[in-house]
Amino acid sequence: MKFYGLVAAAASLIAAPLIAAPAMAQQLAPSETLDAVKARGHVECGVHLGLPGFSFANDKGEWSGLDVDYCKSLAAAVLGDATKVKYTPTSVQQRWPVLQSKQVDVLARNTTITFSRNATLGVDFQGINFYEGQTFVVRTKAKVSAVKDLADGTICVAAGSTEEKTAADWFRERNLKVTIINFQKNDDAISAYDQGRCDAYTAGIGALAGQRIKFKNPEEHQILTEIISNDPQGPVTRWGDERWQLIVRWTLNAQIAAEAFGITSKNVDEMKAKSQNAEVRRILGVEGKFGEMMGLSNDWAYNIVKQVGNYGESYERTVGMGSALKLKRGSNELWTKGGLLFTPSFQ
Amino acid sequence: MLLGVRHRGGDYSAVSGALSAMLTFLRDRKVRDILWQAAATLVTVAVIWFFVRNASENMVKAGIASGFRFLWRDSGIEVPFNITGYKPSDNLLSLLWTGIVNTLLVSAASIVVATVVGFTVGLLRLSRNWLLSTLAGFYIEFVRNIPLLFFVLFWYFGVLAALPLPRGSYDMLGVIFLNRRGLSIPTPNDVSGLRLALLVIILLVAVQYGIARWARARQARTGRDFPVWPVGFVLCGGLPIAALVVGGMTTTWDLPILRGFNYRGGFVLVPEFVALFAALSTYTAGFIAEVVRGGIQSVRQGQIDAAKALGLTHGRIVRLVVIPQAMPVIIPPITSQYLNLIKNSSFGAAIAYPEIVAVFMGSALVSTGQSIEIIAITLGIYLVLSLSVSVFMNWYNARHKLVTR
Amino acid sequence: MTHTSWIQFLRQRLFATRVDAAITLVCFYIVWRVSVPLLQWLVLDATWNGTSREACRGDGACWVFIRARFSQFMYGQYPVPERWRVDIAGALMVLTAALLSWRGLPFRRGATIASVTVLPLGGLWLLYGGFGLGIVETREWGGLMLTLVLTVYAGLIAVPLGILLALGRRSRLPLIRFASVVFIEFWRGVPIITVIFLASLLLPLIMPDGFDVDRLARAILGLAFVVAAYMAEAVRGGLQALPEGQAEAAQALGLGYWRIQRMIVLPQALRIALPAMTNEFISLFKSTTLVLIVSLFDLLGIAQAALADPAWVGMNMEAYVFAGAIYWFTCFGLSQWSRLREKRLQAAHGR
Repeated sequence: MKFYGLVAAAASLIAAPLIAAPAMAQQLAPSETLDAVKARGHVECGVHLGLPGFSFANDKGEWSGLDVDYCKSLAAAVLGDATKVKYTPTSVQQRWPVLQSKQVDVLARNTTITFSRNATLGVDFQGINFYEGQTFVVRTKAKVSAVKDLADGTICVAAGSTEEKTAADWFRERNLKVTIINFQKNDDAISAYDQGRCDAYTAGIGALAGQRIKFKNPEEHQILTEIISNDPQGPVTRWGDERWQLIVRWTLNAQIAAEAFGITSKNVDEMKAKSQNAEVRRILGVEGKFGEMMGLSNDWAYNIVKQVGNYGESYERTVGMGSALKLKRGSNELWTKGGLLFTPSFQ
Repeated sequence: MLLGVRHRGGDYSAVSGALSAMLTFLRDRKVRDILWQAAATLVTVAVIWFFVRNASENMVKAGIASGFRFLWRDSGIEVPFNITGYKPSDNLLSLLWTGIVNTLLVSAASIVVATVVGFTVGLLRLSRNWLLSTLAGFYIEFVRNIPLLFFVLFWYFGVLAALPLPRGSYDMLGVIFLNRRGLSIPTPNDVSGLRLALLVIILLVAVQYGIARWARARQARTGRDFPVWPVGFVLCGGLPIAALVVGGMTTTWDLPILRGFNYRGGFVLVPEFVALFAALSTYTAGFIAEVVRGGIQSVRQGQIDAAKALGLTHGRIVRLVVIPQAMPVIIPPITSQYLNLIKNSSFGAAIAYPEIVAVFMGSALVSTGQSIEIIAITLGIYLVLSLSVSVFMNWYNARHKLVTR
Repeated sequence: MTHTSWIQFLRQRLFATRVDAAITLVCFYIVWRVSVPLLQWLVLDATWNGTSREACRGDGACWVFIRARFSQFMYGQYPVPERWRVDIAGALMVLTAALLSWRGLPFRRGATIASVTVLPLGGLWLLYGGFGLGIVETREWGGLMLTLVLTVYAGLIAVPLGILLALGRRSRLPLIRFASVVFIEFWRGVPIITVIFLASLLLPLIMPDGFDVDRLARAILGLAFVVAAYMAEAVRGGLQALPEGQAEAAQALGLGYWRIQRMIVLPQALRIALPAMTNEFISLFKSTTLVLIVSLFDLLGIAQAALADPAWVGMNMEAYVFAGAIYWFTCFGLSQWSRLREKRLQAAHGR
């Protein structure tokens, strides 16, 4: 009896993985956030309180901007519909608690990637969707041509932003005195600068281009061209959900890859049907089943490009030449065209 | 109080005996009290334990650090207004201290002005002159029915708008400059001369106090008046000013000089401070005025009539009869107004005044992410402040309580 | 007033002495200098009609801005086709308040109980949705509607909690007394800004996984706890003013603790404490402005958000004056109602 018992035990030990293997192959690491999104039926996106060009709601409550487009792509990838997303406007300070407490699934809020945020806040950056550069806006009458001319001046900034520390460090390194006033919200800082409390207001050059319309007389202000620091910005997720982070990262990559391969919202159907390029076929789901590997449908990237567009289209529409901000691509161009955007291969 | 459980016969006597003993036990008030309290404690502890366990689980999952070590980390946060000499290279504990000092500074200044203005408006409200009384009434009603945030924003943006840019500053005596960036005051480079002057002043104030007591005792003995105030004026007015001038002349001053955009040098009183100070003072003054009015009206008319019958002048009646009797009625509500003012200093966060909430619960929390510790510390500090003021005022109240027959 | 009493009034109250007369004249001058430009700006030179910024050419206030964004000031981002629900909820609230103030109300007990249990839930159903109505998430609530929701619901939680705390503070059980005192002094000793922050940050942390607490609910809970502590002090004042004999007599009759409180002590104590409680309610109404800190757009928040609209730059004064006026009139109205009630009660009790 004991012998047969041993044989049975050995047999089950060998057989079990063989039987379980096909079942396990379909099993993916659990993703709390993805399950929550699917149950909810929409993506929760943390965005700016109102930064024209990046995430801004008009008075009818319709959101638009580069970060908003990213959120829409995420919704298109995960749920197949770019309109299934709800926005939570957050201030500079509130964005972290809102992400950490799972109130939002991702933060697309022109947030700069820094070491201390990665290390101490329990958040991770999933790529770069905008290369920002920090500079200052001053009154044209002040005749400031370089940043060092702001010595002995007062600078308004939003508390808790990278701009605050960078500006302080920059002036300190050069032994120049400057007074930095930090406000709880960007809009308060802009208001105070406009009222004359400060000589300058500092933010990214893209953000400044957008916020310019908030001044009483935009013509009286001038955005300096000297950049004092490079701030790569990207979508942010919280620790603990690797599969969701995977989805967030590759949604951004898909948008950039689509532009690299010339897939636009206009020709995506044609490309899907006719393209012979192996990577294009894998991106658009014709072969490879990449979507299922993440727990999404294989149409995920197709939906992104069809409903939102590739990175270039999104950029031009929100902050580029087709928008009020008229920012040139600059570093935000594909690396093949002289910029810094590249994406790992879809293989 | 027994329920009247009767002992049944034989077999049941043991059980019913135990039952009745238990019921007696339960019916005893003391036992019930203890049981209720034990139950309440158990429930509270269970609830708290539940929440704490959830919190630590959630924090571990989210990768948020915990512990108080972050306080010794470099802060890197700029504080544009401080009298503690804080620099961004100092640690977060230093930042916290700066926030506390700033809170106390604006609170103390506002309490003083609010009390003065509040007393004035309260007395005006009781004035015989209808116009004065009505205007005071308007002021009080206006202030009491509008949220403080409005005042803070109004003073900040109103003040800013009204003041000139640095190039066109208002200047006083050529050394004090008022503009949109703040009030620039010269500071002494070396305080030793002034320190001596300060000692002299303290000595003179003590002498004046001694003279006042002696004069009062003399009056009680002989009924003769002594011109305490004119003497005091010379002692505490003329001589101290002379001392200060001499002290001031022997020190060098750090004068504010217009360099480029702003005045550099000296001490700058930022508009955030002025706006918060003005808002807190005017707002709290309205409430203090009502308290003062209530207190004064609580003094019985008979007292004033008797004082008039004795031939006291109006000023003396107010000073010697009304106010001493009104004070015990006024002190407790005024204490709570002072406490409210201290707590309301947290509105500084809305206009970038670097007090505790703005600096610690705002900037520090964002840069370290340790919300629980920071919130606990902030709440603890406010509790300490509140309780200290409460305790002090209770002591003062006990000392000055009206002894009624 | 007759002719002679006017003269008397002038002589006694305005021009009694030479100093008095001088003061009167100076005050009059100041009032004149201030109110005439104010009136001009507010009404005479103001623009009332138009559709956009360009219509505001005059020197006066541009009320076009307020008219254009009026619905946002009132409803926030509440979807337009569902706004009738907010209107009904608001009307219900006003109706209830009016009915309860009516002295000759039949079935008073039933009405009161209904108004603090059924009606708030009904209001919540109307505003939020579910069970037949479409759901409108709380993030879309804003403006005056949000301010009122915060005030009413925080108040509804705070009053019973405050009463319990006040009773607890006077309890003979030492632990209960201690706990009540600690609770009251804690929430009274911290600024409301920190409490709202605390509620916003900490509630999600202390809840078990997957249990989401709505942002608005967090703010309401935070406000409720603080106001409960202040209410407790107000009720305690009422309880202290009640002669001990009342409770002692009831005890002698053999009534239990809760019966005594419910039927004898509380009705009288609450009547005494009503003015203080109304004051706390007014305070609560004003404190709702602080939810700005957690990006909830109450009336003041909507005003600020409207100012950030690039199409309407420079309308700061109009926005703040409008919002301020709403606050002022509501608070003033409430305090006058309280005063009237006090007078009526004093007349009734002959005190």
